[in-house]
Amino acid sequence: MIIPIVLPLTAGLLTFLFTRRTFVIALAAVLANLLAVCFLTYQLLVFGPMHCHVGGWKPPLGITLRTDGPALLMLLMSAVTGLAITLYARGYFCYRISDPRRTGRHQRQQRYFWPLWMLLLAGLNGLFLSNDIFNIYVTLELIGISAASLAALSGKPASQLASFRYLMVNLLGSLTYLLGIVFIYRSYGVLDLDLLRNLTAGGPGIRAALALMSVGLMLKTALFPLHFWLPPAHANALAPVSAILSALVVKGSFYLLFRFWFEIFPSIISTPALNFMGTLGALAILWGAIQSIRQQRLKLMVAYSTVSQLGYLFIAFPLVRVDGTEHLWSIVIFMALAHACAKSALFMAAGTIFLHLGHDRIKDLSGVRSRLPVTVFAYGIAGVSLMGLPPSGGFIGKWLMLTSSLASSQWWWALVVMTGSLLASIYVFRVMSRFFVIPEGFSFNKKDPISPLLEWPALILALISMFLGLAASWPLYILATGSTTLAWIMPGVLP
Amino acid sequence: MNWGQWLLTAILLSSFIPGIIIFGLPEEKHRLRTILNLCGSILKISLILVMDTGIYFGHHFEIRMAIIPGVELLLNGDPLSALFATLSSVLWLLTTIYAVGYLEGSPNRSHFFGYFSLCVTVTIGIALAGNLVTFLLFYEMLTLTTYPLIIHRGTQKSLRAGRNYLIYAFSGGAVFLFAVVALQAVVGPADFTAAGFSPTFINTDGTILTLIFVLLIIGVGVKAALVPLHGWLPQAMVAPAPVSALLHAVAVVKAGAFGIIRIVLDVYGVHNLLLLGVLPLLGAVASITILYGSVRALQQDDLKRRLAYSTISQVSYIALGMSLVDQPLAVIGGIVHLVHQGLMKITLFFCAGNLAETLGIHRISEMSGVARRMPLTMAAFAVGAFGMIGIPPTVGFISKWYLGLGGLAASNWWVMIVLAVSSLLNGCYFLPILAKAWFGKQQGPWPEEQYNGRFETHLMLLVPPLITAFIVMVAGLVANAQISPLAWVRFIVREYGL
Repeated sequence: MIIPIVLPLTAGLLTFLFTRRTFVIALAAVLANLLAVCFLTYQLLVFGPMHCHVGGWKPPLGITLRTDGPALLMLLMSAVTGLAITLYARGYFCYRISDPRRTGRHQRQQRYFWPLWMLLLAGLNGLFLSNDIFNIYVTLELIGISAASLAALSGKPASQLASFRYLMVNLLGSLTYLLGIVFIYRSYGVLDLDLLRNLTAGGPGIRAALALMSVGLMLKTALFPLHFWLPPAHANALAPVSAILSALVVKGSFYLLFRFWFEIFPSIISTPALNFMGTLGALAILWGAIQSIRQQRLKLMVAYSTVSQLGYLFIAFPLVRVDGTEHLWSIVIFMALAHACAKSALFMAAGTIFLHLGHDRIKDLSGVRSRLPVTVFAYGIAGVSLMGLPPSGGFIGKWLMLTSSLASSQWWWALVVMTGSLLASIYVFRVMSRFFVIPEGFSFNKKDPISPLLEWPALILALISMFLGLAASWPLYILATGSTTLAWIMPGVLP
Repeated sequence: MNWGQWLLTAILLSSFIPGIIIFGLPEEKHRLRTILNLCGSILKISLILVMDTGIYFGHHFEIRMAIIPGVELLLNGDPLSALFATLSSVLWLLTTIYAVGYLEGSPNRSHFFGYFSLCVTVTIGIALAGNLVTFLLFYEMLTLTTYPLIIHRGTQKSLRAGRNYLIYAFSGGAVFLFAVVALQAVVGPADFTAAGFSPTFINTDGTILTLIFVLLIIGVGVKAALVPLHGWLPQAMVAPAPVSALLHAVAVVKAGAFGIIRIVLDVYGVHNLLLLGVLPLLGAVASITILYGSVRALQQDDLKRRLAYSTISQVSYIALGMSLVDQPLAVIGGIVHLVHQGLMKITLFFCAGNLAETLGIHRISEMSGVARRMPLTMAAFAVGAFGMIGIPPTVGFISKWYLGLGGLAASNWWVMIVLAVSSLLNGCYFLPILAKAWFGKQQGPWPEEQYNGRFETHLMLLVPPLITAFIVMVAGLVANAQISPLAWVRFIVREYGL
């Protein structure tokens, strides 16, 4: 169980020490990580949820790792997208290094990219597996620092500024989270999640702790109105970095927030608080989509779309009253998985288009369809998945949301979800239609060979997110098998 | 999987796989692409004919796949889906031949034919859909696959048309999704069955069900171009002629009309709709659309725009037939018009495309004396136009005859008035075209004469409209025979026990 954490960590050190063959090391680590996660999934399906006391120390002294359905699905998500992003990054750096004017700078970028990416992956895997709030703090710091350094890699002044702001936000978020832990530790003297779950009984201290931790995590998840840092940081980074940040990093903090709210402290969550989160989510959906429609640059548009899509995850909060936590997990897991694949595909496609044209101004994108057909396909399919059209994973998520919001007579959430999809269709197709313009004097025969590594990972991820809906029973099965530990805390604790 | 399930899968794949291969083909592999297209469509027609035979002899075709609890993909071969699938596959073959001739030498053909094949796959999917979720899935995919076809030329005008199409179609899709979820919340998941969902219906509130019915009809009404949801259709005329033909006769508009039939007959069911009393509303919308479309068609000088408004008007005959659902004769008239309108309209669009491609004629005012230059094309056009007006022995007469009989049986005098006025208007906007083309004098050279060969135009452009015009005549003449669209529709109506 510690393999998914130790492996990328080691690979990160190795890629830092060796200057050559860094890609091979990273690829091996990512592949092995995928294998390990698959093995963990197999274990979960056969033996059910498991706990692992690292070094044989039991809590409250030792550190506990545990697997359950949601954790494994998130691990699978980061393993699969991580593999695709690793391949894409290879193609991306090779293409940039082949530019004779800036070879040195781009080689340096690649040299820093691999260790940071490996550290980030280790942090993410640790976060999903940890069962201890202080340990989670450590992984959050690891993620935050490596993510901010990755965002600064491109070296342009705009990205320097954006990533500095990103770093500050991350630190602020972690500090608030740490403060929350202090409150909890002062009250109970435990850090293990399972122990906390049994202890929680109201009290102002715990409420304050949960509020602090939530604000910290909301800041990191970029929930409206705390999203201000996200678009510049994501849009100005290198394309593979944008994909990592948008697809995986924000999901990590959301996953924690969700876990805290619905598995650890459900007894002190009140209905107004749930509605408050839902409202913020609704505002995020609408505001992010409207901003996305107004953007003039492709990458900024994709970044604002992330703000909008994250809102869907929070709309799920007020729906807990009808269906309970397990159903809620299936909603957010579908939205998160579909968004991770689709958004990283979108960022990859945007990056390829940027490399090809040298810019990403939306009004000058004409003719791309004939030059980069695979990339345009990937863009289209990923966009359709973001819009939540069937049979994408996003459609299943939205279907579940609509069903529960109508079943609990909270039809306004359904309206927000529908409006969000329509706005998404506007921003996706505003760009899409530019691809189809055939510019004056365009020659169809000119071919510009582009590495398959730049085009195919995006298409495959887009296809995964598109057909996730047809394979919807597998994630549901994993969730259902993995939630047996939850069964005994369920009755009576939901508000 | 049994052979029936293999058959349904093969029917879908027979155009999907060629489509995917065509996307990967380089632009210059003209011959291979044509062969793939033709083989795919001929294979599809034969498979669908096998399915039709099976259905006629009472075999039930079905594929079920559960996605999440309460959401199931269901492909289902019943007589109604067989009708629509047969129509689409036959017209697809003809349109493919036409498109190969039409697009000769133009850029981006791989993309065009790729999306063309996907579009037909999705249309057949709509035909085979066995519940509302599956219908929704293919209905949304239809929007996605037709969009690249509409903006194929890549001009500003076509982009604007495409944008409007998307706004209309996605809004309609969203309303439809909302209605499907709401219906499922009220009565639970339901397949398309001949009875509707009567057992659970009694316990639920009529107002909610009426509201959901209205939302469902709005959702499909966008594609069926019911007034006031028709705004996208005349603009979509900027698409190449084979696309317009496909949009109007087979795919988009027909998918909407087919959706109306499904919702009325299979989702709600005759009995429930009579209880709810929403049918007069549908009838009123259909009548307004019929008259409004005809009046607007009169005002158009652009030939394709006139045909587009004519489509808006004609497709609503189907909705009109459905609004008289307690009268079997009217239902027969409505459903059979699905096929008849497709045959007639595709003929007219092929002919309009021929005029534009061969002589550069886009406007009716340019058509004086064109019949002397292109007699066969204009003869086919005349057959299609007579059908639209409803002159026997064309198929258009059969549809109007049954609709009128149904209206009489229900003693609904307004149906008769709508039919009469509409036929009059159809005459007013089609007969002057014919008079001008056949008896007018040619005024100066043609705008842009492009083809000089043995025939009046390229053979691949000439043959498809002749075939469809021939079918328009023959299917009307032998309507009473064992094998005709009308006979099959009677079979459908018998299956529904009307």
